[in-house]
Order: sequence, then C-alpha cells, then structure tokens
Amino acid sequence: MTRETTMGVRSVTDNLGIQRATRDQGPEGLARFLGWFSLGLGVTALAAGSRVARAAGVDDSRTARTVLRAAGIREIGHAAVLLVPRRAGLGPWTRVAGDVLDLVATGRAYRNRSGERRRRAGLTLAALGGITAVDLYASVRATRNRRGSPEGFAHGSVTVNRTREEVYRFWHDLENLPRFMYHLQSVITTGPRRSRWSAKAPAGRTVEWEAEIVDERPNELIRWRSVDGSRVPNSGTVRFAPAAGGNGTEVRVELEYAVPGRRVGSLVAKAFGENPQQQICDDLRRFKQVIETGELTRSDGTPDGTSIQTQAKQRPARPLATYRIA
Amino acid sequence: MKANCWVAPNRVAVEEVPDPKILNPRDAVVKVTSSAICGSDLHLLDGFIPAMKRGDVLGHEFMGEIVELGPGARDGLRVGDRVVVGFPIACGDCASCQRGLYSVCENSNPNAAIAETAMGHTPAGIFGYSHLMGGYAGGQAEYVRVPYADVGALKIEDGLPDEQVLFLSDVLPTGYMAAEMGDVKPGDVVAIWGAGPVGQFAAVSAFLLGAEQVVVIDRFPYRLRIARDRAGAETINYEETDVLDTLREMTAGRGPDVCIDAVGMEGHHPSAALHAYDRAKQAVKAETDRPHALREAILACRNGGTVSAIGAYGGFIDKFPMGSFMNRSLTLRSGQAHVQRYMRPLLERIRKGEIDPSFIITHTMRLDDTPHGYDIFKNKQDDCLKVVLKP
Repeated sequence: MTRETTMGVRSVTDNLGIQRATRDQGPEGLARFLGWFSLGLGVTALAAGSRVARAAGVDDSRTARTVLRAAGIREIGHAAVLLVPRRAGLGPWTRVAGDVLDLVATGRAYRNRSGERRRRAGLTLAALGGITAVDLYASVRATRNRRGSPEGFAHGSVTVNRTREEVYRFWHDLENLPRFMYHLQSVITTGPRRSRWSAKAPAGRTVEWEAEIVDERPNELIRWRSVDGSRVPNSGTVRFAPAAGGNGTEVRVELEYAVPGRRVGSLVAKAFGENPQQQICDDLRRFKQVIETGELTRSDGTPDGTSIQTQAKQRPARPLATYRIA
Repeated sequence: MKANCWVAPNRVAVEEVPDPKILNPRDAVVKVTSSAICGSDLHLLDGFIPAMKRGDVLGHEFMGEIVELGPGARDGLRVGDRVVVGFPIACGDCASCQRGLYSVCENSNPNAAIAETAMGHTPAGIFGYSHLMGGYAGGQAEYVRVPYADVGALKIEDGLPDEQVLFLSDVLPTGYMAAEMGDVKPGDVVAIWGAGPVGQFAAVSAFLLGAEQVVVIDRFPYRLRIARDRAGAETINYEETDVLDTLREMTAGRGPDVCIDAVGMEGHHPSAALHAYDRAKQAVKAETDRPHALREAILACRNGGTVSAIGAYGGFIDKFPMGSFMNRSLTLRSGQAHVQRYMRPLLERIRKGEIDPSFIITHTMRLDDTPHGYDIFKNKQDDCLKVVLKP
C-alpha cells in the first residue's frame, strides 16, 4: 500500500507471521545527519577558529572570533538536540534559528569589508543560505510528520489453518468480531451493508459509531468504513489469500483512522486502545485461536487470554478462587 | 486442594490452593491418581527456566479420572474415564498439530509473545512449566484442568496399573522419540548420554527399533546398573573412563551411528576445570545452558551419523563444535516430544508386553512429601531414579 511509505510506516514481520508497522527512518535520518553536521561545525569552529575566520573573511576582527566561538558552542547545542531521538522533531527548528543569527552576523561582516575578505564573506553568506534552506526543509518535514501521527495506521497478518471460504464467511459476519477483538463490545448488523459498532472506553463509558461495508469480494476482501459524521472516523480492510502450497489462508488486516483534531483523536484512541498496532497483533492471535480451535486460549496465569498488555502482570499458574470469564 | 508449588529457586512446597474449574468448552478437570517428578522439573527447581512465579503449581506427568467435562469436548470422553494426559498442551486443529508436531502447537501458549522474544517463535504451552510456556497449573496436585482434553487425554480402557501407563504422559514417548529422531536402523550402535528415565527409555526404544548395541553414559553406578539390568545396555561411567576413547574402542574407530543427548542444560563434566568454566559462564548469564553432553555426542558420532538432542535446553550454549559437526556430515535433530503422536502406539506396545515402563520407578510417596521427592531426585540420594506421587 502506497500510503505506508507516505506515512513513514514500514512493516516488520514478527514471529507468528504477524506484521507490525514501524516508523520509516526517513525524516529522522535527515535530522540525524544535521546533528552530526552541527557537531562537525561546532568542533571545527572551536578547535580551528582562526582558520575558519580566515575562510569566512573575518580574520581581522577580535569580535568576529568571539562570535565564531559562540557559534561553535551553539552548533554543539544543536547537535545535542538533534541526536537525542525524542527531541529530534524540534531540533531542525533550533538550527533554523541559529542560521538566522549567522546570516545576520555574516551579512554585517560582508557590508563592512572589501576586496578578498568581502569575496570570502560573500561565499560564506551563500553557503549559509544553502544550509538554511536544507534546515527549513528538514524542520517542516519533521513537523508535518509529527502531525500525521503513526497512530493513524495499523496493520497485521496471520496464517490460519482454514480455507479462504471459511475465513471469509466468519469475518463477513461482523458480529463475530467482538469474539476476538477485545476492545469491541458489540457489532450489530443494522442493514445489508450497515452495522453499529460499540467499543469500550475508560471509566465504563462506550464509544459508538455506524459503519458500512464499502467493498466486498467473496473470499478475497472486505473493506468497511465509518459513515460520514461519525465521532470516530475509521476504516479497515481485511484481505484473504491462499498460503503457499495451499496450507491455509493468509489474513491481512489494515486499519486507518483519520486523526484530524486532538479531541476526536483521543476518542479514537479510546476506541482502539492505547496501542492499536499491539492490539491488532493480539486480535489476530485470538482470531486464529477462535477460528481454529473454537475457543480462546486461557491458562491459570493468563485467564483472560492472549494480551501483550496483561502478559507482564501474570497471576501465578494456580487455579483461581473465583473467576468469571470476561 | 493440595498442590506442589514453586516457591523460589531450590524451594517447592505443598500448599492449599483453590480447586480448578472448567474455563473453556473443550476443558476437562482430572482427579489425579498418580503423578511424577520429571528431570526437567529440576531445571525449574534450580531456577534455570525464566518466568516462574511464586505459587506456580508444578508437574507435567500425571494421570487420573475425568470428574468434570466442558460442553465442547469432541472425542467421546466421559466423566469417569481413566486417562493419561500428554505434557504438551495441543489444540489438534492448527497446521502444526495436524502435521503431528503437537509440542509446537500454534494456539496453546497464551503468552506466545514472551516465548517469541526468547525463542523467535513460540512452542506449545506445557503444564506446570513456567509462564514462558503458558502459565498453566500442573498436575502435582489433587486435581488439574486439562485444556483441549479431546486431544491431550488418552483413555485407558483396560486394567493396566497406573505404574505401567503413567509414563505415556512424557518420559516414555520422549525416550522413544529420541531414538526415532536418531533414525535408529537395524544393526546400529547407539550411544546415549544420561541414564535418567529418558535415557533408559531411549535405550529400550533403540533396541525396539533394531539397534544391535546400546551404550549408556552416566556417572551414577546405580543408574548405570539399571541401564544394564533392565534396558540391556552396555555402560560407561564417565568419571572413571574417557568416553570418546571408550566409544572409539568399542566401535573399532568408527564411532556410534546414533548419539543421543538425554542430559540437556545442566550437564556435568569429569574435568572440574571444564565444568567450572561453563558453570561460571552460567552464573554470570554469559551462557544459560551447559552443553557438555551435546558437545561430546557430536565429537563421538561416526561420520555421517545422527545426533539426537532430547535433553531439555532453555537458552543459549557456548563452544558448539560446529567444525566437527559440519565437516563430518552429521545430522542434528531435536524437539520436545510430540507426545500425542506416540501415546496410542506405545500403549499398544505396553499392552503386548513389549515394554514395561514401570522399571524406572524407585520411589512412591504421598503428594505431601513432594519436596522430599525433589530433594532426593535432585541429589541422587537413596538411588533415586523416578518418584511417583500419590495424592
């Protein structure tokens, strides 16, 4: 799906054949390059200040050397911001701010000089202009990526030991979905293509929306989306393909949910869980269990069944005093 | 009910725990009549298997009577049936189960993601064998819940005593599969490292598959004596004799056709220095398993022969003799036993009197005394080879 690359998502197949989406390194890659570039500049300005001053045509001024040294220290600051992954989104903007300072200082140097020094200052000015353009590009890109959050897309796949016909039939009855999608409370079919979905939200609340099937190709694909005006805009596709050698069916699910604003975004988060990507992996494991064995796998340590979130806080593997199946 | 629980490394205790209930349609609850302590339980006791929790009920070798059955059991099981239960929990419906690879069932481990982190893919869930293997309560207890009972529980219809059929749950199929994986052919010479219950049954099975000569290697004279007297094997005490030299001598230089590692991750070595090397790496977690037997099995095996690794390993090993393995065209096969595949045919052999698995039992005790059973089994006291527990 082309969407994957534009959203900076690439897929990694995990061990059960379940695909996970991870962020593309693209924008971070440029930010990292700029980080190392800043570090190089900073160190050069500090370690070989006089040579840099000569190259820039400002080796005649004591003030210029001080300004250069300050710029060197500042560059190292940019590097620190850019090379720490969690702050990398902001990093390029700090560089743009620094570029403006450099342009002003070099512009002044250019105006006050003549001859060879003026020529060198001019070249420096041109180089700074180029760098500023790259920094601006990186900044805008990083910011845009931050807005188009990767939470908008999740996908997964699993192989099940059932025919395509069986798997399609099971999935086509959307009322089956809550059997393995834990965040859903119910899906009620309200028309030939329409259904009403209800999902658990924190504090005992529920989020509801209407969905319609927009495309269905028997034994191949089902595509659905929430109807216009839904509080939780989302859409999904499930595809069915024969596994190699006729050994079962490969099921691939893609979920998309537009995140236009913060308020709706948080509703989406409530409806799809805190980590939709993780949730979809759990959902597909449970789907495999239900369609192959007819039941969800439960142990004494994990009585509610497969869930990466609860896996860390297991009960001891001993019978439970009172247990009601959720 | 009473159940034997893991408390901390080197500590188990019989505790009062709630009775198990049916959680799923295909479940059964079995009232245990006999259970046993397995050599692999000692890895749990020693703290070498990760993801154990205080209070986990242990035990994966057990049999008994069905006292409760879920509404979805498929295979004509009834309340009151006498059953032996295989240790791997297997759904019977996934592609692996349908290929007969029950111990790598794709659905029975609800904690698959933990196992995948450690192992790449997850094996099946196992009764009483850590949260890595699903967090299932085990059978060293008065009652036990058996998921997918229609796949895991084998009905015993004639009056064979528990002692003859109990080991269908694990060690007999495990020993048999070791010989089968070794591709033992009529006339073969088979060497087996480890004279515990699995090694003993591997020796018996190798003869059943036509081996001409079976050599069992261990360091405890009483275990070697049982291998000689009951399994008909020749023996080597590795603390007294050099194993590689002796095997070379016995086969006039060729080496055994099939070498079986029935020791696994907590092996010992006659050289104190070599043992200390691996023990130290294990202590600082630079390797998790001590593969003395596996290394020696590879070096001993004849060119083009097969090494069958049935002893349990949990993580990573060190100094794997890859050069010897590769240059001499060896084959290595391994796996937890696909017990459900072997239960019926081996029951048939027991019925016909071809095998009497009860010869490995040295101790029978009450469930209350389980901690003592672990103690003597671990420390090889009182000539202990197999402990059977009676609730």
